[in-house]
Amino acid sequence: MDSSVKIINEWDIVAARQLGRNVAKELGFGTVDQARITTAISELARNIYLYAGQGEITIEKVENGAKKGMTIISRDQGPGIPDLRKVMEDGFSTSGGLGAGLPGVKRLMDEFSIESEPGKGTLIQSVKWLR
Amino acid sequence: MRKKIFQYVQSHSDEILREWIELMRGEADERAIQAMSDHMFVKTSSEFVQLVMSNFSDSEQKFNERAIDFSEKIVRLGWPLTMITEGLRVFGKIVERGMQQTGAIDQYSYIDFTTEINNWMFPMYRTITEAYTTSWERTISLQKIALQELSAPLIPVFDKISVMPLVGTIDTERARQIMENLLEGVVNHRAEVVLIDITGVPVVDTMVAHHIIQAAEAVRLVGAKCTIVGIRPEIAQTIVNLGINLEDVTTTSTMKKGVEQALAATSRQIVEVQE
Repeated sequence: MDSSVKIINEWDIVAARQLGRNVAKELGFGTVDQARITTAISELARNIYLYAGQGEITIEKVENGAKKGMTIISRDQGPGIPDLRKVMEDGFSTSGGLGAGLPGVKRLMDEFSIESEPGKGTLIQSVKWLR
Repeated sequence: MRKKIFQYVQSHSDEILREWIELMRGEADERAIQAMSDHMFVKTSSEFVQLVMSNFSDSEQKFNERAIDFSEKIVRLGWPLTMITEGLRVFGKIVERGMQQTGAIDQYSYIDFTTEINNWMFPMYRTITEAYTTSWERTISLQKIALQELSAPLIPVFDKISVMPLVGTIDTERARQIMENLLEGVVNHRAEVVLIDITGVPVVDTMVAHHIIQAAEAVRLVGAKCTIVGIRPEIAQTIVNLGINLEDVTTTSTMKKGVEQALAATSRQIVEVQE
């Protein structure tokens, strides 16, 4: 089962977060992990809204043997990220923000992968496992 | 032809209504039906069909008024717009089928009939959808105003101490209001310490943190101190994970502690009265 939210305006960020929180609750994540997951979704959705204009957040339940968890997929056809190493550095921001977004998401989640091609868009997948 | 349609609709109104309700029950959105009782559904349906029929007899202005009244009502009831557009289409179909069966139209007059019914239906689509969306827009803008009213109040609780409780999501617009009310309030209330309570903020991501840091910095610039209170344990952990530096901002877990600190900072304390 998976479901997604289109991110077009600022309120869609709230919708994506709500979806993530519901799935996290359903899977049995504790309050701290729920907060981590919703915050990660918030960061990713906001990045779409700020930098790509529009895109999509998809939430999937995943299973790997005995392990259960959820994946957050953030996909956009925006301008892409020219220097991936740089955006993963703490404190790097092109918009005057804190620059903690993407490295923060990596720390909030268990697995994190990012693909981006300038002019084509960005795909970020990150997993949180249920302990 | 117009007269013919009118006559048919008038003389078969009960039949049309019955058929319309039946068809709409089958086609309608689950939401619309669940939202109201059976009695309500029949009542609203008959009002809708009457409205459509009144388009024949009433003047344009009177029809517009009725359409607006009706639209406001169904927006409140939670009928989706598709129910209305679908309803008009079904209405046209019923009239067409009925008139074919009674022999009022045949294959020669069919084109005539469709032209006439389209001429009649399209302005009505326009009027009703317009009235519907206007009612919606009005509802939304009213809610927006209501939301703004409770978005960022600054409350003077003691001499020199003010509190700003934040509840709900913080977006760019709200962040701007928080900043404005905060600075204006600090100056007006002559506050020396401001406590911003974020117990009711569901998610603190980098943007929210950024706005809070900026607000605290701005408060410092006008000569007051800003403390963030109500940081829940899970929020504290996510802030650490995100790697946000809140070292320059004073924080406490509860409002109670915040008030105590604020009183201490303004050289006061609360004591129990000895009997």
